[in-house]
Amino acid sequence: MGKTLLDKVWDAHTVRRLPTGQDQLFIGLHLVHEVTSPQAFGMLRDEGLQIKYPDRTFATVDHIIPTDNTKRPFSDQMAEAMFLEIENNVQESGIPFFNEESGLQGIVHVIGPELGLTQPGMTIACGDSHTSTHGAFGAVAFGIGTSQVRDILATQCMALSRPKVRRIEVNGRLGKGVFAKDVILHIIGTLGVHGGVGLAYEYAGDIFDNFSMEERMTVCNMSIEGGARVGYVNPDKTAFDYLKDRRFCPTGSNYQEAVHWWKSMASDSNADYADVVIIDGASIEPMVTWGINPGQVIGINDTIPDPTQAHAGDRDSITEALEFMDFDAGAPIAGTPIDVAFIGSCTNSRISDLREAADIVKGNRVAKNVSAIVVPGSQQVLNQAETEGLHEIFQESGFEWRRAGCSMCLAMNPDKLVGNQICASSSNRNFKGRQGSPTGRTLLMSPSMVAAAALSGSVVDVRTV
Amino acid sequence: MKNKSIKQVTGTAVPVQGNDIDTDRIIPARHLRSITFEGLGQYAFEDDRKQADGKHPFDEPQYSDASILLVNRNFGSGSSREHAPQALMRWGINAIIGESFGEIFFGNSTTIGIPCLTVKEQEAQFLQESIRSDSSQSINIDLDKQLINLGLHTIEFQLIESVRQSFLSGEWDSLGQLLEASQDTQKVYEGLPYIAGFTHLFKEHSTD
Ligand code: SF4
Repeated sequence: MGKTLLDKVWDAHTVRRLPTGQDQLFIGLHLVHEVTSPQAFGMLRDEGLQIKYPDRTFATVDHIIPTDNTKRPFSDQMAEAMFLEIENNVQESGIPFFNEESGLQGIVHVIGPELGLTQPGMTIACGDSHTSTHGAFGAVAFGIGTSQVRDILATQCMALSRPKVRRIEVNGRLGKGVFAKDVILHIIGTLGVHGGVGLAYEYAGDIFDNFSMEERMTVCNMSIEGGARVGYVNPDKTAFDYLKDRRFCPTGSNYQEAVHWWKSMASDSNADYADVVIIDGASIEPMVTWGINPGQVIGINDTIPDPTQAHAGDRDSITEALEFMDFDAGAPIAGTPIDVAFIGSCTNSRISDLREAADIVKGNRVAKNVSAIVVPGSQQVLNQAETEGLHEIFQESGFEWRRAGCSMCLAMNPDKLVGNQICASSSNRNFKGRQGSPTGRTLLMSPSMVAAAALSGSVVDVRTV
Repeated sequence: MKNKSIKQVTGTAVPVQGNDIDTDRIIPARHLRSITFEGLGQYAFEDDRKQADGKHPFDEPQYSDASILLVNRNFGSGSSREHAPQALMRWGINAIIGESFGEIFFGNSTTIGIPCLTVKEQEAQFLQESIRSDSSQSINIDLDKQLINLGLHTIEFQLIESVRQSFLSGEWDSLGQLLEASQDTQKVYEGLPYIAGFTHLFKEHSTD
């Protein structure tokens, strides 16, 4: 039997077997942001410990940063305090810091790949559950809690049990108007929000072979929404070409050597999997969530589920979701009026996402009652978009054009829903209260679908606009 | 750097019903805007409690001293925020029993000494119902024998064996063990091709 990428990466990074039976795993790249790190640095100080390998940790600011006025000090004192804390921590420990002045700031899962920090064959960790994004490059990337951030700062290691690998093959071709976001929403809808617990997802098949790196990132990003902490795509020429000439990517003969090693880390053709799931790409529709978790999702032309016709185990969840969303069982999702449109987040705020959305928006107007914002994932994405004139397309149609950050994905900054507003969102979570208002409602969809909804004022099939 | 071993957890319980209760609901993001975990206990389930208008179990007086949380399927899914188990712990929770748990939440809970025990769907419901009908009953969790005791009932629970051992031995906070292997860690660090060989740029940049 051959080995999966996960096994190869795991073997290469195992320090030892711990007495408890878990593995002590070396983490090759550690990414840090302002929200989940201060307590970790604090614990280290309390215990009198040093940062073990400051050259393996990189920091940025994304979660709490305002996207309208980024002038310091922030008017929000708590945000200001968190910024001072991370500034102090990186300075004390000598960790490279991509703040606004660097011109390289952005959502941690956007800038890692963009800078070429994220590479195949690595173990990567970050105090953020969407760290699975980096798996697009054939890295094994974990979202972790603050105590583990502390563990990595102090030892560059984590205690973990090796997950089994499920291979998910999506074959064939995607229809027009169907995007990577629809693929992952379809996968989560099919396998459930806890289907991947204890597993790593390996994404494969024609669709992934033909996907760009940005599309692969969108899918890997939401692995955690399907319960899988880790998701990855085997590294190939698309990944190697993407990385070439990026800031932290090896150059010259080192690059050749790197490609050689990267290739060797891909899963063997006879690798052993927990199971294999096969999906026909042509069967995937533009998807929209109707409920309060990303697995409560349907095709744009489907109707909202009826609890009385559902599997007994799902009835309570459906009823709870319908109550919260104030939707009727059996109603079509198309035509649902929206109040807010948000294009952004580590799932869909890269340049290809903005281009796709701008394509829909161009020459049209945002509906009267909709407030619409675009938040690029990083300063580099923002600059690229402005070079291409995308910001003007958005602004002319009535979208606000913001600075880089997480923004309304989790609403830790001033960008929030109000009351029970409905938001068409390109982000990854539709949990109750996720977008800043306890009663706010989120409909997840692709950036193109968000753009189309913004123009029409209600949920609409992007293929018809 | 050993912690105290956790062999038993005994106390009254609080049932919080529902599948897929995510960490955004356990602790809303606005309470992450702080550089410490202190004071988080009062905000556990804040939005759910507001909407339940005093009827959320975390607000009902009969559960105010509970130390064992009874949940259903996929509890703690979503965000990796350790603030979620920290908030529950600071509210008074020492152990959680449910049908299944979000993986990162499970690990975060373990690391701070909160065992998350898995039981069958009907057993989770049975425990919740029993406590709802009489909240004064005490539940005993025996990590050594792998049993949950409630009155005359005993229920077997599942817990990843390495994690169970770590509670028994007092090594549930892994930092102590991880620190021990610093030489082996250095070997892996030096041997990884992307650190040793072709990623020399890492080193250049970390000093600029
Ligand atoms: S964009 Fe959203 S999901 Fe991504 S890191 Fe930021 S808050 Fe988390």
